[in-house]
Amino acid sequence: MIEVQKITKRYGQHTALDRVSFSVAKGEVLAFLGPNGAGKTTTMRILTCFMPATEGIARVAGFDCADHPMEVKRRIGYLPETPPVYLELTVTEYLQFVGRLRGLSGKILTLAMQREIERLALGTVQQRLIGNLSRGYRQRVGLAQALLHDPQILILDEPTVGLDPKQIIEIRELIKNLAGSHSVILSTHILPEATAVCQRVVIISGGHIVAEDTPEQLSARLRQSEKISLTVKSPASDTIGSLKAVQGVQNVFASDAPGTYLLECELGRDIREEVARLAVASKWGLLELKAISMTLEDVFLQLTRHEEGFAPDAVVASADPASPSV
Amino acid sequence: MTPVQAIIAKELRSYFVSPVVYAVGSVFLLTVGLLAYLYVVFAGSQAIQLVQMQGSAQLNLNDLVFRNLFASTRFILLIILPILTMRLFAEERKLRTFEFLLTSPIRVNEIVVGKFMGVFFVFLGLLGLTGLMPLTLALFSDFDWYPVLTGYLGLILLGALFLSVGVLASALTENQIVAAFASIGLLLVLWLLAGLGSLLGDTTIGQAVSYLSFMDHYDHLVRGLIDTKDLVYFFSALILMLFLSHRVVDSARWK
Repeated sequence: MIEVQKITKRYGQHTALDRVSFSVAKGEVLAFLGPNGAGKTTTMRILTCFMPATEGIARVAGFDCADHPMEVKRRIGYLPETPPVYLELTVTEYLQFVGRLRGLSGKILTLAMQREIERLALGTVQQRLIGNLSRGYRQRVGLAQALLHDPQILILDEPTVGLDPKQIIEIRELIKNLAGSHSVILSTHILPEATAVCQRVVIISGGHIVAEDTPEQLSARLRQSEKISLTVKSPASDTIGSLKAVQGVQNVFASDAPGTYLLECELGRDIREEVARLAVASKWGLLELKAISMTLEDVFLQLTRHEEGFAPDAVVASADPASPSV
Repeated sequence: MTPVQAIIAKELRSYFVSPVVYAVGSVFLLTVGLLAYLYVVFAGSQAIQLVQMQGSAQLNLNDLVFRNLFASTRFILLIILPILTMRLFAEERKLRTFEFLLTSPIRVNEIVVGKFMGVFFVFLGLLGLTGLMPLTLALFSDFDWYPVLTGYLGLILLGALFLSVGVLASALTENQIVAAFASIGLLLVLWLLAGLGSLLGDTTIGQAVSYLSFMDHYDHLVRGLIDTKDLVYFFSALILMLFLSHRVVDSARWK
């Protein structure tokens, strides 16, 4: 549905995007992760035909963004970073205006408006001026706007910003339900969000794509060692020493909390059982024992922190499953 | 409903829920009404003088009231129309709805024309309300309707030109105050070109400079002359301003 080939965007001397390529299949949800100024919004603006790319090809639903912007715009629902709402209109008036701009009218428009008002729970505020609504409601009105013409492709720039936790879960649920029939690109700062709703994650930093894979694969690939957290009630003086003696343990750190230790061990080896046996035998009073998997957050930080040292091609190559871990 | 109609409807709605139209409208109607009253009173006092001196009086309301009034209204429009147009694009930029408009399946020229038409209708409504004045005068006196109607045509064309300059100024900035001042400044320059033209005298350059100003073209209409040259001036200036606005809006995407 979306195909981006080596797009570059320069603002004068500054290069915002450098030969970025990726694609989104029909029905897929792709998350765009990256620090501020990484080029997420620029990419979205190019895809929505707001601005042209300096070089490269962006194709949406088979139409080139540069040559057939109208065809592309008709098929896209776009929620920019700031919800594009008119404060002096009521929710109903606003949605009516949006629908008319997109060529909906009469019964079809009324039904589409009803559907979105229901889907985003805007029923109680539909006659109120948008200027009097809270940030969360405005965000939902913005989402209703993007969905109104039932587009094949949705481009959402930070869709859950400003929502309360309950609403965030609802919106994530909504996006998950849209997957399959719609192709979705969403950008986010919130990493669990990407894990929760997306099949694929693209991490972008400094205008380069630094990694692209499923959330699970990404964290698995970047893991260098298994980590285990152990909490005991009454640690002995030689606890660290005895833990180090367990086969497979590479390193043991005492954490700030009393009785809690962090164990680093060989990759692909689960030593929890042995540690448990040791803790019980030594009468430390085992309270908690768990494996710590690397979160997407760790992956993200690891990938974006050292970006200066990375040549873009080398980084993309390192993200390839076949190559050794970073 | 076409996209252009949707934009016109939305602009009209936005104008009438905001206090701007009411503030601008009441100032406009108040000043025009007050001026009309003063010119009528002035004409009346002249009539009394004439009756005392000659025993009878033949007053020409067209000269004494309407020409003066049309000349003054020109200045009022120059001040108030930029206040009406300043929000058109500047506000969209400020509120970040500009990106939404440009990513909607609608062409830039449709956006520009829709916005212009929206504010033009507001202006026509305000101008229509001033029509009460010649209508009331017609009940109590006799005057020639033809120059009044061409004067109104002149006001409509002049207003359209002022509004298109305002649309352009609003497209150039995201600050509404700057937009208002830019269009007032631009219009004053256009106004003063007439003075510069007459200073340069009856040379080719002098005539060309005078032609660029709206003053002579408008005066012809107020005097009851409908000349194709003047109509061509107003329409080409209007189209030029809207075209420039189109270019400015379109180029905002490249930045």
